[in-house]
Amino acid sequence: MSTMQIDKSIDARGMACPGPLMNLIGAIRQGQVGQTFEVLSSDAGSKTDIPAWVAKAKQEMVEVVQDDGYARFIVRKAR
Amino acid sequence: VASEVVVLGGGVGGTICANLVAKQSQGRAHVTVVDATGTHVYQPGFLYVAVGQEKPASLQHSEASLLRSEVSLVVDRASRVDPGAQTVLLESGRTLRYDQLLLATGSRTMMEEVPGADDVHDFYTMAGAMRLFEALKTFEGGTIVLGVAGIPYKCPPAPVEFVFLLDDYLKARGIREKAQIKLLSPLNRAFTIEATSKLVQPILAERGIELTGFFNVESVDPVAKTVTSLEGETVGYDLLVLVPPHRGQKVIEDSGLGDERGWVPVDKNTLKHTMFQHIWAIGDTTNIPISKSGSVAHYEASVAAAEITAAARGEAPPAHVYDGKVMCFLETGHGQATTIRFDYDHPPVSPSPSRLWHWAKLLFNKTYWHTVPQGRLP
Repeated sequence: MSTMQIDKSIDARGMACPGPLMNLIGAIRQGQVGQTFEVLSSDAGSKTDIPAWVAKAKQEMVEVVQDDGYARFIVRKAR
Repeated sequence: VASEVVVLGGGVGGTICANLVAKQSQGRAHVTVVDATGTHVYQPGFLYVAVGQEKPASLQHSEASLLRSEVSLVVDRASRVDPGAQTVLLESGRTLRYDQLLLATGSRTMMEEVPGADDVHDFYTMAGAMRLFEALKTFEGGTIVLGVAGIPYKCPPAPVEFVFLLDDYLKARGIREKAQIKLLSPLNRAFTIEATSKLVQPILAERGIELTGFFNVESVDPVAKTVTSLEGETVGYDLLVLVPPHRGQKVIEDSGLGDERGWVPVDKNTLKHTMFQHIWAIGDTTNIPISKSGSVAHYEASVAAAEITAAARGEAPPAHVYDGKVMCFLETGHGQATTIRFDYDHPPVSPSPSRLWHWAKLLFNKTYWHTVPQGRLP
């Protein structure tokens, strides 16, 4: 795994509601441009949902790492 | 000598926890609840006030009437917590010392953070719900838009429930054909849980409610009557209802007990503050990325009560921890509802909408006052 600086990490594993993407959107809304956010998700839907929103909202997907039973999404606030 | 247990906040979580600690500690703890108003408000009822199905008075009871007789109630606002000295300073100037402290102060709504949203409607406060119903009573046609202007917000199903109840309301008034209802969803579906969305989306389509996905409200132009998203889209409205941004209470921020939005960092199982000894937090107050809802506060309250009781009695922490349990109702209109249940280890399930769940929700709302605050429902 890379050693980049994470400004905010959200462990949303097992939390179906509001869910990993909602939590990521919330964090990005509150964050500053250039900051990096990490969200951990055990929800299979995140693999399509999170990249779709990141593209739609013109944010930057830095990395998606599959771990044991969950995925780690790292997103930079681009605007 | 009894431990001094102080509970900040007389909402659902604080009230249940105070009653359970008083009962379970068998005289080994003296519990004091500090509440700013002394009135307990059943917030899930705001949704019904907004569409004229509930009277404001039925959602409010005196907090004193819901607490066990041995619990002390102080009607005052906490202005500062000193975790080193283990004291709480109140606005009146009085200071309370604690051995164990529960933060159950909940969240506050911040519509002022949304540019241009000074006059938009909401159903997240009693005043907002009453004002919205007044506006709906004189609404004669046009586009009603429901959007979400901040995450996290209380009761994630509420926006979907609102558009369904609004559809029923407009039909009952005979003006549904003159109105368009638009739901702007933060996600690319109606609701955060995919399985629940699959139940709900066909019903939205059947009722003629237009769904726009990936629309996170950023600003409002009250002159042009448009709302614009973080994603860069703009939608027009005649009547705009927004879910306001939320943040933790000022006392949390002023005391340095929370993050940049005033949410208190706690262990997701034990609900203990991650940085300060002798402090627990439950419900909306915490930074756990789970739904901000009465349901979560309710289930967490019994865990916090067991933790605090053990600490007050000088015993080891209990084995029972919060397992992420959530159980919510979701109204789908036409007198039907579904439910959503999950925990940290089990993905959500929702039954098909039926009258049974609608009546179960109404029954819960009506019997709440006699069961929940006292800790009678597990």
